[in-house]
Amino acid sequence: MSKVTLTVNGANRELELDTRTTLLDALREHLQLTGTKKGCDHGQCGACTVMVDGQRINSCLTLAVMHEGDEITTIEGLGTPGNLHPMQAAFVKHDGYQCGYCTPGQICSAVAVLNEIKAGIPSHVSADLTVAQQTTAAELRERMSGNICRCGAYSNILDAITEVAGGQT
Amino acid sequence: MRFDTPATTNPIDQLKIVGKPVDRIDGPLKTTGTAPYAYERHDVVPNQAYGYVVGSAIAKGRIASIDLSTAQRAPGFLAIVTADNAGRLGRGRFNTARLLGGPDIEHYHQAIALVVAETFEQARAAAQLVRVDYVRTDGMFDLAAAKDSWTPAAGLGAPADPGVGDFAGAFPTAPIQLDAAYTTPDHSHAMMEPHASIAAWEGDSLTVWTSNQMINWTVGDLAQTLGIAREKVRLISPFIGGGFGGKLFLRADALLAALGARAARRPVKVALPRPLMANNTTHRPATIQRIRIGATRDGKITAIGHESWSGDLPGGGPENAVQQTRLLYAGANRMTATRLAILDLPEGNAMRAPGEAPGLMALEIAMDEMAEKLGLDPIEFRVRNDTQVDPENPGRPFSQRQLIECLRTGAERFGWNKRNAQPGRLRDGRWLTGMGVAAGLRNNLLTTSAARVRLDHRGVVTVETDMTDIGTGSYTIIAQTAAEMMGVPLDKVVVRLGDSSFPVSAGSGGQWGANNSTAGVYAACVKLREAVAQKLGFNSADAVFGDGQVRSGNRTVSLAEAAGESGLVAEDAIEYGDLGKQYQQSTFVAHFVEVGVDVATGETHIRRMLAVCAAGRILNPKSARSQVIGAMTMGVGAALMEQLAVDKRRGFFVNHDLAGYEVPVHADIPHQEVIFLDETDPISSPMKAKGVGELGLCGVGAAVANAIYNATGIRVRDYPITLDKLLAGLPEA
Repeated sequence: MSKVTLTVNGANRELELDTRTTLLDALREHLQLTGTKKGCDHGQCGACTVMVDGQRINSCLTLAVMHEGDEITTIEGLGTPGNLHPMQAAFVKHDGYQCGYCTPGQICSAVAVLNEIKAGIPSHVSADLTVAQQTTAAELRERMSGNICRCGAYSNILDAITEVAGGQT
Repeated sequence: MRFDTPATTNPIDQLKIVGKPVDRIDGPLKTTGTAPYAYERHDVVPNQAYGYVVGSAIAKGRIASIDLSTAQRAPGFLAIVTADNAGRLGRGRFNTARLLGGPDIEHYHQAIALVVAETFEQARAAAQLVRVDYVRTDGMFDLAAAKDSWTPAAGLGAPADPGVGDFAGAFPTAPIQLDAAYTTPDHSHAMMEPHASIAAWEGDSLTVWTSNQMINWTVGDLAQTLGIAREKVRLISPFIGGGFGGKLFLRADALLAALGARAARRPVKVALPRPLMANNTTHRPATIQRIRIGATRDGKITAIGHESWSGDLPGGGPENAVQQTRLLYAGANRMTATRLAILDLPEGNAMRAPGEAPGLMALEIAMDEMAEKLGLDPIEFRVRNDTQVDPENPGRPFSQRQLIECLRTGAERFGWNKRNAQPGRLRDGRWLTGMGVAAGLRNNLLTTSAARVRLDHRGVVTVETDMTDIGTGSYTIIAQTAAEMMGVPLDKVVVRLGDSSFPVSAGSGGQWGANNSTAGVYAACVKLREAVAQKLGFNSADAVFGDGQVRSGNRTVSLAEAAGESGLVAEDAIEYGDLGKQYQQSTFVAHFVEVGVDVATGETHIRRMLAVCAAGRILNPKSARSQVIGAMTMGVGAALMEQLAVDKRRGFFVNHDLAGYEVPVHADIPHQEVIFLDETDPISSPMKAKGVGELGLCGVGAAVANAIYNATGIRVRDYPITLDKLLAGLPEA
């Protein structure tokens, strides 16, 4: 067992955890923040995507005790049913989900992707690494490809992200 | 309510709320992570312990010995369940293999133990300490090798080998003939939420929070397996993270959670680890299919034959891949045959559009090949062989059949006239481009569905039914139905689903959920309207419900007032007469796909997709469209990448996780278009609706295959169409 302090959605959380506990299970089982989903527990599906110090990661692939002092943002930190984040509202408007299980991960990824593009971070499909990156459909699809949606809402998810991206520029 | 004559005008036809593309009412919960899925119910019962499943390491044989002593000494250990100590277990009506194996093993990763511990990490660690000695016996794992040891097998509700006329005489004499074989591999549902359950006992009563499509089936099978009365079992499944047929039945998570909770004397939660799912649960079985089509020179089918071979464990069933061939095209001489071989692979069972999905992947390539032999456009060939009656029973018409309209509308919208009939001729840089079309049919299945509707003193209508929402939009279309019937806005309706204490619904499967469950809600609302009218002394026939009020003559009373402090409640079910026998009720689709195939690597990229559907009244065009695009996406997976790879020596699916079993990702899928033809089907139900969730998958794979052929001139008849199957035939770049 080991002590760790995380800042989760702005609040300080002190935990005493099995060192084997993933960040994902710390959130879901110990903090009871179940909005972050476990789809595969092996970094293959993206359902557990959260932001750590502003960067998106698969929370199943990292141990909680490695995150002493880190700022964690989960889906619960973006918005609430009565006060949706623009990305959450766009997913509702464009029906960017079906069963809803991959959805928190898709939304966390989508928010982070727009920040990555703004920060000029290139992707596999970026043609020119020396210019500012654009929010094209190809860029969004490439960058979102770590988040599987078996219900197949991709076309709608892209519409949702594109709308939010348009509103930001 | 008995539905045995075609629907006439009813309150649903107002279409004030039904038929509108409203946002899902559960959307704010799903997008904020506050919709509670099975494994997440910290709120329902305290002191939950963790169970971890141990799967068999052999496919067939028996456990010689099992040593639990090390596991039992592990930190946090609470209990272990094996076949030795679980007590006498039955087998569910819908299960082929037992959900807790041992000493005999029926398939790889069959559950053989559940280890229960204080924490997840402790349970997982202790499970690794269970030592098992197996005696392995040989099994049959290769469908092609087992193919000749088949037995005839009837599909669900179908006679064995249905046919009509004289196929054997007509096919060899047809001027134009096609005789080709096709294969489809085993597919995994791969829903995002693993099978998961929390079980808690209170005395001899069991409550299970689970993830299940068919509440009533699973209550029965859990009770039967445990050997307890079904009244002692309650299932709660309000949110389901995908099913696709993989959660139709009782599975090991729910049974083992119940057994683990009994052994540990406290609530136990169990989720199947992702790498266990493909072999532990069910899958869509692989098929080998032979299709023969004979036609006149002007493209009239005179003989059509479709045979399918698949395998399953002893006692299992076939993949009914010939089903649609009995209905889709005209032709006087017809034969279909379904063959079942014994295989010792994990249990085969239903996956989205069972039968039609693999059947149309073959049939609709065959139609494309036949059109080419005839020198006909593939749309024109299908149009010439349309039928408005059941080809095996011409006295039985389709209730609605707009397949030609689907094809014609799609052709116009997709720009089909730009397709070059000569394959391999169009180039866009490094891409060879081509277009493909395929038709699809999926039947509209009618089944009893019940609901309870309450009206309270605030004028709020609450619907309760054990119907499930597996991402299909049930919450929303049920709310729309109740709002339309009771004349209230959508935000005055509360929908509660997925609880076995609610009236038994159709459940989610076979694309029957939307039409039947809303028809059940319709029936209950008719009763509630009568109760309101009666209480107010209105004649229910001329009471008008609207704007939260009920009006009769010059009297208007708010629903809140009508309900009063005690409220009103009504319960009813939709029950069907024989309209399903008098008419063939089906849904239809035409799929259009444009692909690019990399001339050097053989990589296929989907460029455009369009589906045109004729499926009765569309209750919510937004959620219905999502069903269709999702199915189109799954169809792309089946066409290009999805395949459970069989280890034919050891008998298991090798790629049993989401890294090895590839499904489409964002980068694989372009913008998708869906058109619903304007249609209402009064033969179907008072809702005049049908289903679309499986229709959307019917034919997609073949449309992709046909587009690849059109792009490259390479005809691949063995799915998935991976680049290795194209490389040898590609031109010099």
